[in-house]
Amino acid sequence: MRILARRRDKTTIFDVSGDIDFANSPEVRQSVLREIRDNRTSRVVVNLSQVHYIDSSGVASLIEGLKASRDLGSRFILIGLSAPAREVLQLSRLTKVFEIYDNEEEALAS
Amino acid sequence: MLALYSNPGLLSVVRGAVERLTETMGFPAVQCRSITRAVDEAVTNIVRHSYGNRLDQPIAMYFRRAQRREHGEIEHGLEILVCDRGLAIDTNKLRGRPLEEVRPGGLGLHLIRQAMDTVEFTRKGLTNQLRLVKYLPQISNAP
Repeated sequence: MRILARRRDKTTIFDVSGDIDFANSPEVRQSVLREIRDNRTSRVVVNLSQVHYIDSSGVASLIEGLKASRDLGSRFILIGLSAPAREVLQLSRLTKVFEIYDNEEEALAS
Repeated sequence: MLALYSNPGLLSVVRGAVERLTETMGFPAVQCRSITRAVDEAVTNIVRHSYGNRLDQPIAMYFRRAQRREHGEIEHGLEILVCDRGLAIDTNKLRGRPLEEVRPGGLGLHLIRQAMDTVEFTRKGLTNQLRLVKYLPQISNAP
């Protein structure tokens, strides 16, 4: 799994690729929470288009990001859900809980 | 049979093996992914709860063909036994959480149950055994 952060229009975008599982989901959690809580970024976007697998611990990391952003009045957005990521979020009934867009442009325009 | 240690770094190996096996058996792609996910979540639960995140404990997995008679037809499938020698499972805690609650944790068991036709936990001596079965979808011969 790789997670790369970049800035665009006062937004931090995390490009995640590979498999998110119990071995590496703490890295996702840590990166996202640091950006929301420590850096107080007003809009955090997680790009899941290159995620081939995500387990329940990966989903839990995203939920933590969502909760932290709600607590601080910021936005936490998911974009480009790959088929495996979409399946897991649907099975977990979370697709209506997260703010989700097809791509980066839509997320930044929102 | 697949024998491994309780190291989360090996989860990708488990997923690779199960995904190839389910593909070979003819499961549809969506079910290959869901069965693989179920096994991954099962092994993760063992690492976390049964072995308390210790990395060097044994996990054994057995795979064999299963069959049952359903509505007069023979159905074929895959049976997977996931065994560990960690703490005994408290079956009262194996309910998962209601999906209406949006909070981290408790999703793994839901994903396992959603994916498989049979999910059974038993304790045999010092061994926890999780039995997972998934049957291949029936191909309709109707015109």
